[in-house]
Amino acid sequence: MSDDMREQIIEFIYDEYVEDDSMKIEDDTPLISSGLVDSFSMVSLKMFLEEEYSIQMTDEEASTEAFDTVKRIMALVQKKLDEQG
Amino acid sequence: MAYIDAVRKQFETAVQETLDAGLNKDERFICSEQGVEIEVEYPRGSKRMKVLNFCANNYLGLSSHPEVVKAAHQGLDERGYGMSSVRFICGTQDVHNDLEKAAAKFLGKEDSILFASCFDANAAVFEVLFDENDVLINDRLIHASLIDGIRLCSAQRDSYKNADAGHLAKKLKMWQSRARNMCVVTDGVFSMDGILAPLDEICDVCDEYGAMLLVDDSHASGFIGKTGRGVHEHFGVMDRVDIITTTLGKALGGASGGLIAGPKAVVEMMRNRGRPYLFSNAVPPPIAFAALKVIELISQTTELRDKLEWNAKYFREKMEAAGFNLVPGETPIIPVMLGDAKLANDFAREMLMEGIYVIGFSHPVVPMGKARIRTQLSAGHDKEHIDKAVAAFIKVGKQLGVIS
Ligand SMILES: Cc1ncc(COP(=O)(O)O)c(C=O)c1O
Repeated sequence: MSDDMREQIIEFIYDEYVEDDSMKIEDDTPLISSGLVDSFSMVSLKMFLEEEYSIQMTDEEASTEAFDTVKRIMALVQKKLDEQG
Repeated sequence: MAYIDAVRKQFETAVQETLDAGLNKDERFICSEQGVEIEVEYPRGSKRMKVLNFCANNYLGLSSHPEVVKAAHQGLDERGYGMSSVRFICGTQDVHNDLEKAAAKFLGKEDSILFASCFDANAAVFEVLFDENDVLINDRLIHASLIDGIRLCSAQRDSYKNADAGHLAKKLKMWQSRARNMCVVTDGVFSMDGILAPLDEICDVCDEYGAMLLVDDSHASGFIGKTGRGVHEHFGVMDRVDIITTTLGKALGGASGGLIAGPKAVVEMMRNRGRPYLFSNAVPPPIAFAALKVIELISQTTELRDKLEWNAKYFREKMEAAGFNLVPGETPIIPVMLGDAKLANDFAREMLMEGIYVIGFSHPVVPMGKARIRTQLSAGHDKEHIDKAVAAFIKVGKQLGVIS
């Protein structure tokens, strides 16, 4: 999976959510279940992904589980990109 | 009964897990009226200790104020104990109406409506006013009751970083074309850090993007601002905050009750459609009488909030001079930062032994590694009380190696 995508997503998460600069986000860092990403603003993450990668996700697809780690987010985006062919 | 046994086991395990994690909320028993000097029994049945209270929301020292108690007695004598009715059936007395008018005037809003608690007010307000065409954008550190209220509403949701008007502006810009109405939701004072929401900046961005603003001023009504109206007064934006929710359970007498203050139409909608209003009992007469007295007292003179301001400043100065790490601010909520959760709990326990009642806060109430003792000053404190508390902080602080 592309390193660019990983970097873009992690950068967005830092800008949008992280207040503690010493916090390190890895592929498997729990985002929503750990409380790092406020579930009320997951919609920002969804909109960012949709715009950045020109994809459309349903609310069911953009679930708290699917958005819980960078790895899972990348898998979801990749799946949507593959579907579009 | 097998099913019942299994469920009981499940619940008992949950209780044990909380105990094992050291997260159980252990209540101390107070055997006196609420005030600065209280008697505490802990654990239950042990010898009572006389201690100084530095953790109540009794900001103006009105919880047991003679005039307030007298007004409650008058209410009890003249209008009885309870209403046995919701407001719209036969639960509204003249004094409820008087109180709603007085509160609206005090807060600088057109009208107001009374609830059993501010938790109920916050549970009511969003569902009545907003639906899926709208968006609610909240500060990430708002009170649990606002979060629950937002959850009860079908509006779209987003949030912004704590007290960060710049981040809020980005959100408003993004939502402007995607929602009918936008409403920003914040606490006036954030009660864990004792910091103010920058309402001047927040009003500016709300105006720029055409958003409404709702502020929960529970930890401000009665004492923040030159005449104690709240954070909107402090920042000179009295008429730019659309809706205020607040409690009677802290500075304003400390008994119970909540309010929504705002435009007449909003209050009317609450009266007709607010579920915790329609389906819950009326505030009892003694509380309505006493709350009205509180508003009368603090409308006449700013003596109490002035004393509170002085007390908070004095305590901050002494504690900083002693080398403690405080969250900077200008409210009477003054957190003493300790970092480690166990240290915060040990510190609070030792303070109680020194006759000072304070409480440690740790994760998940505050972020991991940011455990603290949250002190709350009151207009009921005299200089000697504060000096005693500071002396105890210094003694325990040295004992536990927090200061040298
Ligand atoms: C900001 C805030 N809002 C609402 C409430 C709830 O108020 P009440 O005790 O009246 O339900 C509290 C009290 O803890 C609070 O701190």
